[in-house]
Amino acid sequence: MATSVMDRPSITAPRAVSRATAESRVVRWTLIGVALVFLALVLVLPLALVFVQAFSKGLPVYWEAITEPDALSAAKLTLLVASIAVPINLIFGVAAAWCISKFEFRGKHLLITLIDLPFAVSPVISGMIFVLLFGAHGWFGSWMSEHGIKIIFAVPGIVLATTFVTAPFIARELIPLMQEQGSEEEEAAIVLGASGWQTFSRVTLPNIKWGLLYGLILCNARAMGEFGAVSVVSGHIRGETNTLPLHVEILYNEYAFAASFAVASVLTLLALVTLALKTLVEWQQRRALADRPHAADTPERIAA
Amino acid sequence: MPRNSRSVLPGFGLSLGITCTYLSLMVLVPLATVFTRTADLTGAEFWNTITDPRVMASYRVTFGASFLAALVNTVFGLLVAWVLVRYRFPGRRLVDAMVDLPFALPTAVAGIALTTLYASNGWVGSLLEPLGMKVSYTWIGITVALIFIGLPFVVRTVQPVLDDLEVEVEEAAASLGARRWQTFTRVVFPSVAPALLTGFALAFARAIGEYGSVVFISGNMPMKTEIVPLLIITKLEQYDYAGATAVALVMLVASFALLLTINLLQWAARRRAVV
Repeated sequence: MATSVMDRPSITAPRAVSRATAESRVVRWTLIGVALVFLALVLVLPLALVFVQAFSKGLPVYWEAITEPDALSAAKLTLLVASIAVPINLIFGVAAAWCISKFEFRGKHLLITLIDLPFAVSPVISGMIFVLLFGAHGWFGSWMSEHGIKIIFAVPGIVLATTFVTAPFIARELIPLMQEQGSEEEEAAIVLGASGWQTFSRVTLPNIKWGLLYGLILCNARAMGEFGAVSVVSGHIRGETNTLPLHVEILYNEYAFAASFAVASVLTLLALVTLALKTLVEWQQRRALADRPHAADTPERIAA
Repeated sequence: MPRNSRSVLPGFGLSLGITCTYLSLMVLVPLATVFTRTADLTGAEFWNTITDPRVMASYRVTFGASFLAALVNTVFGLLVAWVLVRYRFPGRRLVDAMVDLPFALPTAVAGIALTTLYASNGWVGSLLEPLGMKVSYTWIGITVALIFIGLPFVVRTVQPVLDDLEVEVEEAAASLGARRWQTFTRVVFPSVAPALLTGFALAFARAIGEYGSVVFISGNMPMKTEIVPLLIITKLEQYDYAGATAVALVMLVASFALLLTINLLQWAARRRAVV
């Protein structure tokens, strides 16, 4: 450690370098300070406020708010919706990533753009299009009322709107990842006699597992937290078509602030768990990439 | 066209079939209703609906606040990305993870939290009140909510570009006698500018459609603080489907134009990176 020969140049050289390509200490800490104050104002304060407000009337009120029947049925509906929307979009995401990353065909770029489309649509419009299709005055409205099928202001509408809004998440995570990995490994497996399914489950899946998990986490968070689209199709029937975010809204509009923030704190915990898992997965993914011999640079990742 | 004739991998037909069927049924057909519904209106009716004074006022609120919020996010997003990539300080990883909070937090939760925070008796609102500044239930509140929603778009777009920037270029600039500020404005900034523009467009695109986080803090006064998505919902609740779809069509066209711009920006940035 302490060889004087090594020490001497390191005293002068880094200083010269640091003056040229780094900011002075004052500038550096000012920038860090401004950034942290901004983030504290924008991110940390709202987060802290949720928990302070949730417990402002004491623990019994908090507990009552999150265990009363309407809250529990909202939680159940939220879980139900996510448990349908996420697997559907998982199948879609894997299929889309497989055909886009492993094959060349015309119209591929158009297809990628179409997959992104739901991200560009306002949540309110995402809900509205299903009202236009299945609502009382919609395309299939009269046919459905004759047959006693109810989609809008009922659970199927909530599932449809949530599925639409969360459609791109998994595909978007997987496409760049699988494009970057190429298809040599899969081709080798096929040539060696593996079936298509074996190739996918033993070669592709281990390579994409972290990206897949990452997409699942994001998709699930959005599915459980979606508000605008669900608000349009739900009809806000307590105990029937209320999801947790809608329940938060109803309580808030009834001036039951402590109860509203109590339910909101459950959703906030879900968000924090999502962030923690996401960070963990990113960390694992980076390690997996570093282990690969021809690891490319950090994958271009624009979270959306 | 040599359609994947060289690939030995199976599953092309199946995976493309699933993808196209799903996209058609789940995305394209539902979205098409916006266009077919609007076709029920005559040209004059359509024009009158989308240029009605109350609708025009809501465009101004939505696009104005979104633009302002995206601008603020561009400045502070660059700063946050710079600090996270270039400097080491305690808690950096935690801060890095926290930047994604607006992606993960349900918008309704963000909405009620920000409204309470900036109300005249709230933690921040009570400090601003004596200065004569009202945030909740004004357009400033709308902008605050949109800043919250849009921040990660700019940070996460700029961060990887800053990360990939080669220090050698900055060293070269310095050794040629550039001051640090000159190196930043002439070398660093031009390389991150495309990403910054993309981040701005992404934040702006998200902001114009945003509903959950804004609806609580905006106060929803027609002509003053009514955003377009809320106006669409109001029209739907009055069973004015034609009116709602006409306004929605305007918003869809704006969103698709933005999506196209973003794709072109990213394509241009990638081409520059290759050359």
